[in-house]
Amino acid sequence: MEFLNAMAILANYVIVPGLAYGSQLALGALGVTLVYGVLRFSNFAHGETMSMGAMFAILFLWLFKSMGVSIAPLPTVLLALVPAIICAAVYILITDRVVYRFYRIQKAVPTILVVVSTGIMFVTNGLIRFVIGPDDRSIGDGARFVMKAREFKNWTGLDVGIAIKTSQVITVITAVVLVVALFWFLEKTKTGKSMRAYADNENLALLSGIDPEKVVRITWLLVAVLATVAGTLYGLDKSYKPFTFLQLLLPIFASAIIGGIGSPLGAIVGGFIVAFSEILITFAFKGFFTRLVPDDFAPEGLVQLLSTDYKFAVSFAILVIVLIIMPTGIFKGRTL
Amino acid sequence: MTYLTGANMTGGYTTGSDIIKDCSIEVDLGEIAVVVGPNGAGKSTAMKAIFGMLNLREGSVSIDGKDITKLSPPARVREGMAFVPQTENVFTSMSVLDNLIMGAFVRDDDYSQTLEKVFELFPILAEKQKQPAGELSGGQRQQVAVGRALMTNPTLLMLDEPTAGVSPIVMDELFDRIIEIARSGIAILMVEQNAKQALNIADKGFVLVQGANRYTDTGEALMANPDVRKAFLGG
Repeated sequence: MEFLNAMAILANYVIVPGLAYGSQLALGALGVTLVYGVLRFSNFAHGETMSMGAMFAILFLWLFKSMGVSIAPLPTVLLALVPAIICAAVYILITDRVVYRFYRIQKAVPTILVVVSTGIMFVTNGLIRFVIGPDDRSIGDGARFVMKAREFKNWTGLDVGIAIKTSQVITVITAVVLVVALFWFLEKTKTGKSMRAYADNENLALLSGIDPEKVVRITWLLVAVLATVAGTLYGLDKSYKPFTFLQLLLPIFASAIIGGIGSPLGAIVGGFIVAFSEILITFAFKGFFTRLVPDDFAPEGLVQLLSTDYKFAVSFAILVIVLIIMPTGIFKGRTL
Repeated sequence: MTYLTGANMTGGYTTGSDIIKDCSIEVDLGEIAVVVGPNGAGKSTAMKAIFGMLNLREGSVSIDGKDITKLSPPARVREGMAFVPQTENVFTSMSVLDNLIMGAFVRDDDYSQTLEKVFELFPILAEKQKQPAGELSGGQRQQVAVGRALMTNPTLLMLDEPTAGVSPIVMDELFDRIIEIARSGIAILMVEQNAKQALNIADKGFVLVQGANRYTDTGEALMANPDVRKAFLGG
């Protein structure tokens, strides 16, 4: 019984939140990896692209709410995702047409493009604060929980409950659907294959008559979908605050690099590795061990390796370790 | 008028000096033309000029009587040209079959017949069609590269040193396949380091020295020419 209680603690505080957070990071890292694979630079603006997408979703959410549209018990923001993705795509394609294309024609080196993307990041960030302001916004409505802690306790008779939020379930399901769709697109469709071919060998793709501008446009469209969904899901799970997305950039890049930047599968695995490391290292295991070991051995301290304030240090540390030991990441990056 | 004519081509890469000077290369359908010459003679450059990968200052390129001097390489692919680069000529992370399908990217018609022909020509590719091209041996990769180029259904196939770095047995095998491709009515233009073997199968041979034509004749005649033998074929 005590063992089950300990496991329930782990499930409630580590596994469930880890799965949700990991899915968000995986979606974010997929966007970074796609840009790296096809356009060959690290897109530092990706965090703000997520924020931009989430902002559009909130604006449409307000519109739908004012019109009285609701898809309860699901959060209305899911409905707002569709127009938000379109707006984000338009915004990204405009930045590409006005800024990135100029450097592409000049065949600028990746370092220049990284700096350019940093510029886009600041401009996007400014636009977001200009439109929606820096405040914290809660965007969830509908049913808050799929399973409440109390219900779980009554149902199983354990003293520890497992609570599962609607947003967490939606996050994981949406991420799975999106990832399956993305892999299907890349592996099975002609356009997806041409994207992989372009990422693999740009010159040979040209020799085969693949139009690079079209590949770039499709990449940005996919990035718009991934970023908007990732940003909105993150906002739904926690809350939407514009400046959190700048901090999210670190775990997202850590995820992409750990998995092997340029590898979509790597981005997903990396996302979950970072998410679970962050949560496990900052989790206080006291309750867990108290229930597992005899009373005399029960820990007095919190058994917490690092305070939650330092959770970003975890992704940073993993990033450094991976770059030293296996610079190409788990799945040998640089291919799509 | 031959099928492909590169006439009096002069040019080099963007800023440098001219690499090829007044260089002329031509080939007809069903023929094999081979460009040979010492290292740095501009053999590959001449071929790239024909494919539009460098800007010509003078001269012209025409295919089937149509002047294509101003067309970009992808546009030339649509005119029936196919190019197999010397290195990095396969999509290493993609399967053999996907490599071939990407070759047919510009085609809107049904390419299954061409695919069958490629598999007939290179049976090993049919066997390994699910394997990533990056895992194949050098000779097999070269077959994938030629197969990918054939998938565009070209009238002119250009090969940049197709036998570089493969064993002599594989080289003979590849040359046999190339003859077979030419027999099917495709014009073949190739640059070769293995001059003797290449001239043996060539209908036309071009010996380039310092970017200009030194000798131009049939392959047989060049092989028989004592000057060419002495200077370029090792006696």
